Amino acid sequence: MTRYSAWSVIRNGLTGQKGWDRAWRDPEPKDSYDVIIVGAGGHGLATAYYLAREHGIRNVAILEKGYLGGGSVGRNTTIVRSNYMMPGNTEFYEFSLRLWEQLSHELNYNVMFSQRGQIVLFHSPPARDAAARRANTMRMNGIDAEMLTRDQVRQRVPHLDFSDTARFPIQGAILQKRAGTARHDAVAWGYARAADSLGVDIIQNCEVTGVLREGGRVSGAETTRGVIKAGKVGLAVAGNTSRLAAMAGMGRLPIESHKLQAFVSEPLKPLLDYVVAYALPGGHFYISQSDKGGMVFGGDLDMYNSYAQRGNLPIYEDVAGCAVALMPCLKRIRLLRQWAGVMDMSMDGTPIISKTSIDGLYLNGGWCYGGFKATPASGWCFASTIANDAPHELNAAFTLDRFERGLQIDEKGAGPVPKLH
Amino acid sequence: MLRIPCPFCGERDHTEFSYGGDAGVDYPQIDSTDEKAWYEAVFLRENPRGPHKELWQHNYGCRMWIVVERDTMTHEIFSAEPAHPGVKAQLEKEAAK
Repeated sequence: MTRYSAWSVIRNGLTGQKGWDRAWRDPEPKDSYDVIIVGAGGHGLATAYYLAREHGIRNVAILEKGYLGGGSVGRNTTIVRSNYMMPGNTEFYEFSLRLWEQLSHELNYNVMFSQRGQIVLFHSPPARDAAARRANTMRMNGIDAEMLTRDQVRQRVPHLDFSDTARFPIQGAILQKRAGTARHDAVAWGYARAADSLGVDIIQNCEVTGVLREGGRVSGAETTRGVIKAGKVGLAVAGNTSRLAAMAGMGRLPIESHKLQAFVSEPLKPLLDYVVAYALPGGHFYISQSDKGGMVFGGDLDMYNSYAQRGNLPIYEDVAGCAVALMPCLKRIRLLRQWAGVMDMSMDGTPIISKTSIDGLYLNGGWCYGGFKATPASGWCFASTIANDAPHELNAAFTLDRFERGLQIDEKGAGPVPKLH
Repeated sequence: MLRIPCPFCGERDHTEFSYGGDAGVDYPQIDSTDEKAWYEAVFLRENPRGPHKELWQHNYGCRMWIVVERDTMTHEIFSAEPAHPGVKAQLEKEAAK
């Protein structure tokens, strides 16, 4: 792998851009590997990278039914934050944010991580109490959080609706300065290039059609490109986790698949310096401005089970209403694109990174709305779980059997209703 | 927009309804102490990609709960019938007259 550097940019600029190598190979699958990861999304690619780099397991294949990064890693609103308050989540997402802070250097690939800060608004005195509790919990765990008054929010983002007729009057906010956004495709590409350079085979257009077992233990995968043997198989196929689990003989999971839409507007001059979000009964919305100027935003799920990667119009209207309630100046902008991704909505709103009842089979899924920001830590913990056949301390709480044991991590307190998390 | 053929009100936009999830869940009797049965009913779901029987309530119409069979990939709706077995039987009886 040629290292990218300022020098390589200058040199190729002077030589007609003809000196660039392809970023990763397109290998034929071998007959067998030590580990197969199913799914070349952010989490699968990160897992393979950390398996190779942290655990020295380089004989690894990533099997992808479509193209690399074609699922939810390319379909999210790119927000990275660590404002969680339940034990299990708090330290996991903070660890992820710390990995994000080093990621571009680590991968020698610019993932355009921009710590522009996230402002989460509140709109009522009880919501202020809840926000103060969250901010205090974060700070006690060593995570940065500041409470902003209404005026302090106004100084930072003056064009939110501060009028007397605002639909959701702004009372204040939590600011997490280290939160921000990253270029989502670059994260997939950066991990792919780094994993490939360590010897990992990324095999695209290779759909897994069955999980092979010998004497109760996993022995490989049946694919559309033939049988591939492996001692360990890790599933990182969020959106399709239930289907792969059924294929592997794991039975039903505490997961429903729902679709979540995202939207991007026509490019505008710099307008919004922060990620801004709010959630209350009647409105749920998050927005940032991309480096190209597009306003990137989203809201609620479509609210019924679906595997279709396309959204419905009522949510389109709902999200547009939320956008205008927050920033009336967006009223006349035109949307450039709108799309949907399939989410694993778990029964408690918290992910699963776990061993399974089948020896050699590992599960990574249930990411709900929050998979993108978790990408580095998810890969790190899943790699550790696979390499050591035991969970890392950071994912010890994300077990599959927590539901049966009454140990759910329900950050929102919504109960076992996946669409509400 | 999904268009749901309510057996009482006719075909309506899905925004008139609220979604109640998988209709195939087998709940134990309310006084059952079988923890495994409760765990399976509360937490585990088939979550198929394809035909799925699911509950919807017609909030802005007749307020009845109905069972809709819908494809979770294509969103094609195959059937909609009352969730209450007695109401369903009555409706079928009236239709046969």
